[in-house]
Amino acid sequence: MLKKRPTIRDHSAEANLFARRAFVGFVFVTILVAILLSNLYTIQVDDHQDYQTRSNDNRIKVIPIAPNRGLIYDRNGVLLAENKPVYNLEVIPEEVDNLDNSLAEISKIIDISEQQQTDFVKDIKHNRRFKSQVLKARLNEQEVAKFSVNQHKFPGFSIEARLARYYPYADTLTHALGYVAKLNRKELTKLEAEEQATNYRATHDIGKLGIEKYYEQLLHGQVGSQRVEVNNRGRVIRTLSMTPPEPGHDLVLTLDIGLQQIAQHALKDMRGAIVVLDAKDGGVLALYSNPSYDPNLFVHGISSKNYKALLNPDRPLINRTTQGRYAPASTVKPHMAILALEEGLVTEHTKMWDPGFFQIPNVEHKWRDWKRWGHGHVDVYKAIEESCDTYFYDVSYRLGITKISDFMAQFGFGDLTGIDIHEETTAILPSKEWKEGRFRESWWRGDTISVGIGQGYWTATPMQIANATNILVNKGLHHPPHLVQVAKKENEVTQINNDEKPPVVLKNPDHWRISLDAMHNTVKKVTGTAHKAFKGATYDPAGKTGTAQVVSIAQGERYDAKSLKERQRDNAIYIGFAPFDDPQIVVSVVVENTGGGSSVGAPIARQLMDYYFSANPVTLAGSAQQ
Amino acid sequence: MQLNDKRSIWDKLHLDLPLLIALLTMMAASLAIVYSASGQNSAMMIRHGTRMAGAIIGMFVLAQFSPATLKRLVIPLYCAGLLMLVGVLLFGVSSKGAQRWLDLGVTRFQPSELMKIAVPMMVAWYIGRNHLPPRALHLVVGFTIVMLPTLLIKEQPDLGTSILIASSGVFVLFLSGLSWRLIGFLTGLVALAAWPFWHYGMHAYQKQRVLTLFNPESDPLGSGYHIIQSKIAIGSGGIEGKGWLQGTQSQLEFLPERHTDFIFSVLSEEFGLFGVCLLLCMYLFIIGRGLYIAVNAQDAFGKLLAGALTLTFFVYVFVNIGMVSGLLPVVGVPLPLISYGGTSMVTLMAGFGIIMSIATDKRMLLK
Repeated sequence: MLKKRPTIRDHSAEANLFARRAFVGFVFVTILVAILLSNLYTIQVDDHQDYQTRSNDNRIKVIPIAPNRGLIYDRNGVLLAENKPVYNLEVIPEEVDNLDNSLAEISKIIDISEQQQTDFVKDIKHNRRFKSQVLKARLNEQEVAKFSVNQHKFPGFSIEARLARYYPYADTLTHALGYVAKLNRKELTKLEAEEQATNYRATHDIGKLGIEKYYEQLLHGQVGSQRVEVNNRGRVIRTLSMTPPEPGHDLVLTLDIGLQQIAQHALKDMRGAIVVLDAKDGGVLALYSNPSYDPNLFVHGISSKNYKALLNPDRPLINRTTQGRYAPASTVKPHMAILALEEGLVTEHTKMWDPGFFQIPNVEHKWRDWKRWGHGHVDVYKAIEESCDTYFYDVSYRLGITKISDFMAQFGFGDLTGIDIHEETTAILPSKEWKEGRFRESWWRGDTISVGIGQGYWTATPMQIANATNILVNKGLHHPPHLVQVAKKENEVTQINNDEKPPVVLKNPDHWRISLDAMHNTVKKVTGTAHKAFKGATYDPAGKTGTAQVVSIAQGERYDAKSLKERQRDNAIYIGFAPFDDPQIVVSVVVENTGGGSSVGAPIARQLMDYYFSANPVTLAGSAQQ
Repeated sequence: MQLNDKRSIWDKLHLDLPLLIALLTMMAASLAIVYSASGQNSAMMIRHGTRMAGAIIGMFVLAQFSPATLKRLVIPLYCAGLLMLVGVLLFGVSSKGAQRWLDLGVTRFQPSELMKIAVPMMVAWYIGRNHLPPRALHLVVGFTIVMLPTLLIKEQPDLGTSILIASSGVFVLFLSGLSWRLIGFLTGLVALAAWPFWHYGMHAYQKQRVLTLFNPESDPLGSGYHIIQSKIAIGSGGIEGKGWLQGTQSQLEFLPERHTDFIFSVLSEEFGLFGVCLLLCMYLFIIGRGLYIAVNAQDAFGKLLAGALTLTFFVYVFVNIGMVSGLLPVVGVPLPLISYGGTSMVTLMAGFGIIMSIATDKRMLLK
């Protein structure tokens, strides 16, 4: 800057200088625009796909739609479990002008508790104002009607319907159907592990018990979805596409609701269990455990008061048909007789002298017959017809426990029957190994004696007893018991539960006849223990009574001191089938603490059979007519 | 005057026709884009149109002032602006954590907007009075004229505006023929000064903006959200765009500040690279025309002022587009002529009014 400047301005030089600078400026501008443009080209062309995806992720949300749960019918098409709409009163806060006023007004029409109001106010504070919030759940029909008339006064208030499970027969079917209730965290974790969680994204309830639990996958169906466009606050702007949900399979049970009601009616207020099987295929015609309870209580969440009421000493929550452990008592005598015949210990004509008790040689202890003075000369027929204990004490003593437990295992004792509900116990079929494992004690010869008449360590569930009878009645064929016949979806019908188990094969198949004839006589002959109960039946029944000395119904039962005496009375048991020539049904009845199998058990079986054969009359030939 | 009045009607009105057409085209485009960006809010569009009309009238009025008149107004204007800036810092009205407004009772006024015009005018006048290229003393004075208001505005704080004002002043100096050696030296100095500036001169939120610029994904819900959503909008537009009113990022409100600072993202999403090119061509045309006018201006004042205003206009364009496309940090600079907002529109149009005054003044004197 030391250069001396001309005092007169050189305008053209200055103009040139400026023009050069302006040109440089414009070049700079152009370069910078090129930089901007190349960056934009990268974003809009090179990375377009990526940003396109992210733009869609922003705006497209998938809303799952719950499938309708499959319905459950009885064998005659009577609806046993349905989906009924429940109505909730919901509010979209942003559509309400004055919330406090509206709440006060609506309370005049529909009863809304203080608690519901405070919960609601809390809910709306924690949620978006355009999101619907439940003010009152499960309105009754009257409330729905009242609101509908006044709806115009309440902008932003609406009634929303959701389908919820409903069991019209309530406590009659609880132990067979089970119930659904709200899906909990534990179940969700399990579903996640099974990769089923997505399928349950919109589902509210899940099967918790019985058929509802066992067939959860079939009943549930496939979740549907709706692709919607949302804005930055999650508000749905429009629906883009929809995949409708696939409803679950409908189930047709083998149950007959009429028979089931008879079973409930027959047990009245007695604790006990009834199982009726279809002799042809093992389908369960009736499965009732008393006392029962209303499964609808659980669907919407049971109150703690109601739940506590179910925890009483009668234990209604226990499914006695599959979880109750009872001594099978004399109902196993027909099976025991066959084993004795097979082993050649007795023949059809072997007679034994019954003095009213049995003694092991050189042992003081007397095992008494129920008839104190004895049955006199007893053959295998009489032993079953009159339920002679001494005969079977002797036979079982000679058989030994291993042969007994091996043979009885073939009839399903000591094992799950495989009935299609999860609530089942194996009960106990005693053996040497079992006793050593359980008590660390070796098997005594004396232990075998009471096992011979279905007592001692031996316990069985009414379902096992019915199943064992069914195998007997079918001369060894084993149709495992099951509740579900077919699953239906639209026009597609899937047969379920038609798998057979290996049959019981005898060396001499004629031995089946001997036992079955004896059971026939039990009812037919005047001296038979079930004769009185079945007098005048229009069909040809056969059966076997049992009276068991008391055994606790399940582990851990706490007896109330006051009821101790009552609870020590005998259990009444009965197994039966009919018609004798071509058996259609098998019945097993267990009634707790009421005494004799012939006085209590057999009459209940009669009621069931009477109902069954009045609905399914038999001709003389013994075949069913529809 | 009436004897040699062979001037065209546009010269008589002191309007430069090519520039005017370009500006009106941009404004028409702005109306359409603001309508889309505001969620098809007609009331907003009408308000925007009204302000545009006001800005056009302002431009027209300023164009009637001859450069000679403007020269007389330079010092009072600059001094008044400086005083008001001090006033803002002392008695200003705060909004969104920044103190930028002066409450005049009837209306609020942003003195920094006035300085966008007053600073380049003042520097152009001061440098233009002397020989070009300027001498060292003149440079120091020129710098001071620029830096005083710049620092005052940065204190408000308003980084975007202070950058614009500083650059408008620096452009005058550059155009006046500042030696390249000095330019190199000053650039080095600025680079060195950047370090203390980063540590002491910037507010936490400004630093955050710079940091997220380089890695917007690091804070997708916080300060990175703006840039991420903006890039998604631009990128998903592709070559052809999603169509007018069809941009999901803007229509569904994922894009923040979509009718003001981020309106370029809306344009990119709905009109694609095609629309972007068209817009940049328009800007290049306006800048080219402005520089053409500057080169042909009558005197040094006119040249320097028109050139500086034009280049400053480009700074708006570059900073805004660079910011929304992730090249530059997020500083609150609107997209000139397109963004919704009255103040910046009026200031810009006032600048163009001055450029037109310079453009038409030359012809009058030549005759």
